[in-house]
Amino acid sequence: MAIVTYRDALNQALREEMQRDDRVFLMGEEVGIYQGAYKVSKGLLQEFGEMRVVDTPITELGFAGVGVGAAMVGLRPVIEFMTWNFALLALDQVVNSAAKMLSMSGGQFNIPIVFRGPNGAALQLSAQHSQAWESWLAHIPGLKVVAPGTPYDAKGLLKSAIRDDNPVMFLEGEMLYNVKGEVPESEYTIPLGKAQVKREGDHVTIVSYGKMINVAQQAADLLAKDGIRAEVIDLLTLRPLDSETVAESVRKTNRAVVVEEGWEVCGIGAQVVDYVQRDCFDDLDAPVLRVHQVDVPMPYAKNLERAAKPDAQKTVAAVRQVLYLE
Amino acid sequence: MARTRPPLPAPAEASTPAKKPESSDDAALRLSLLREMLLMRRFEERTAEAYALGKIGGFCHLYIGQEAVGAGAISALRPDDYVITSYRDHGQALARGLSPRSIMAELFGRVDGVSKGKGGSMHLFDRNLNFLGGHGIVAGHIPLATGVAFAIKYRGGDQVCLCFFGEAAVNNGAFHEALNMAALWQLPVIYLVENNRYGMGTALERASSVNDIAERACSYDMPNEVVDGQDVIAVREATQRAIARARGENTPTLLEVRTYRFMGHSMSDAASGTYRSKEEVDEYMKRDPITLLRAQMEQRGEWSDEKMAAIDAEVRATVEDAWNFADESPEPSLDALTEDVYVDTTSDTGTSASTGER
Ligand SMILES: Cc1ncc(C[n+]2csc(CCOP(=O)(O)OP(=O)(O)O)c2C)c(N)n1
Ligand SMILES: [Mg+2]
Repeated sequence: MAIVTYRDALNQALREEMQRDDRVFLMGEEVGIYQGAYKVSKGLLQEFGEMRVVDTPITELGFAGVGVGAAMVGLRPVIEFMTWNFALLALDQVVNSAAKMLSMSGGQFNIPIVFRGPNGAALQLSAQHSQAWESWLAHIPGLKVVAPGTPYDAKGLLKSAIRDDNPVMFLEGEMLYNVKGEVPESEYTIPLGKAQVKREGDHVTIVSYGKMINVAQQAADLLAKDGIRAEVIDLLTLRPLDSETVAESVRKTNRAVVVEEGWEVCGIGAQVVDYVQRDCFDDLDAPVLRVHQVDVPMPYAKNLERAAKPDAQKTVAAVRQVLYLE
Repeated sequence: MARTRPPLPAPAEASTPAKKPESSDDAALRLSLLREMLLMRRFEERTAEAYALGKIGGFCHLYIGQEAVGAGAISALRPDDYVITSYRDHGQALARGLSPRSIMAELFGRVDGVSKGKGGSMHLFDRNLNFLGGHGIVAGHIPLATGVAFAIKYRGGDQVCLCFFGEAAVNNGAFHEALNMAALWQLPVIYLVENNRYGMGTALERASSVNDIAERACSYDMPNEVVDGQDVIAVREATQRAIARARGENTPTLLEVRTYRFMGHSMSDAASGTYRSKEEVDEYMKRDPITLLRAQMEQRGEWSDEKMAAIDAEVRATVEDAWNFADESPEPSLDALTEDVYVDTTSDTGTSASTGER
């Protein structure tokens, strides 16, 4: 297998799907001539031309709506947000148009669209540019939400997202684009709505997704040094959420910690905890704990930012707590 | 799909010197504007060095090349007027009188920064100076300016609000909504577009169906003007005219100030490359706002090399002092992390304080 960056894995997925289906096009800020703010769309303008790789003005609400309109009449848009922070401006179209169209029209108009871009914090970008929006998106019936943390998953899931007939929110990570991993040369897809056991263990279950799956893995490495065998589950898709894979693991380990990048209140972790308490009530040996960003707008100062973010140490501490080692 | 790009319009012509009689005040004004622009330039040159050394992080957008816009426009304001701007905010902050020390400390993420190290480069604020921030979401602060002007009118005041943003922001809905309300309600606000020709890597012509941004004001029946943004005096005078309309008649104005950024969009990209050529940048650099003002002063005999050297030395010392101050300022304490999320209302309502405790 080839070693490929997360960025290039996404680029391959876009290229392959655009080659496969000429209804697929890419639209967003700086996707064309500039080759993508994070170079995810490198070379696509040259290969597919300006009708299929479309640079937009800074007008998120507008071009999100353009995407939905085009999808209503048969195209399959991939709309890039430079980051999900800016997608907030477009949420009206995402929620009020894309998510509800099928239902409002009694099943007549489905919206096969992908909204994608980096989500969450990078480094010292301060409050307005460091936000993880998955719980907002996952709240909405009609949307699917996907958050891959590795190049392999990013490629396989993006291909499935583009082929899906529903609106799919695809959450990448600025800090992930340079991450390298194995990606097969032959074509593959990964189904939406299915979680993966990324590492087997029987002492505790760590549930995570997206960028934080790497934090969960680091924590599992640290725990292994103390003889603690953590099972790491990557949700991959946050809506629909594969609670069965989580439950199977918790029935074995009897303990769980959920790690997410965003804020605590109404976070994805809260939803996971709800499924676990319903599905595994009699199996639990400890309350499920959550690791997340401190409940504040992201500060700029390096030390404060570090303190605000979830990390492997905080995850290890939570695991030790559910194991009653502290 | 975008229209083929028309050739770049020539940089705006230098405006002809004002015909009104000269006074020694004018000479003093030119000198102070020169000093101010030089302070911005030297401050940001050091900012770039600090960024390279890792003392500054995150997004950092320099103002080099555009100094005349902030210096000229803000020089026309009264202290009780309001200023609000985008993330490219170092120049405006300096022009408004925020101390170089507290700005540099903010860039360094230190406790003595204007925003206590929590905001960084894009979020400079100073309540005492009616400096309402550096804002990071393109066009997001334009309606805020309209709201500030609404409050001025509401309270029966005669201040104005001066709002800076880039030319790419005019394609965003927030711009149109904000201008429509300001014109409809006759609010004392000046929308100042810093047309530096690019929004990141996208040239104006590739993003806007109308190439003369000032024309956008016609949709709202709003007075507008095109201004040479490399000429600090021209910027000041156009702003003065807009202020007169705002204060006297509660009439908003759209000023299109044509300028150019000499550096990359932020510290993470090159000054030229994928979207503009080195030749183009070199061409525009010939109209450096500092050099242009210096030339005017030379022509008028207000200039000497010794004077220049003295000012430059003084400005460099100020910037050096700011750097040292920032470098010595401590990191915020970890307790600060949960501060300033809510106003503490414990004393009068008994509800929970600064963070979202349950
Ligand atoms: C709503 C939104 N979309 C995208 C961005 C990313 N972004 C930051 S600055 C910028 C370009 C803005 O250009 P312009 O308004 O001309 O201002 P300039 O940077 O030239 O001063 C972009 C696309 C953002 N900050 N906010
Ligand atoms: Mg611009």
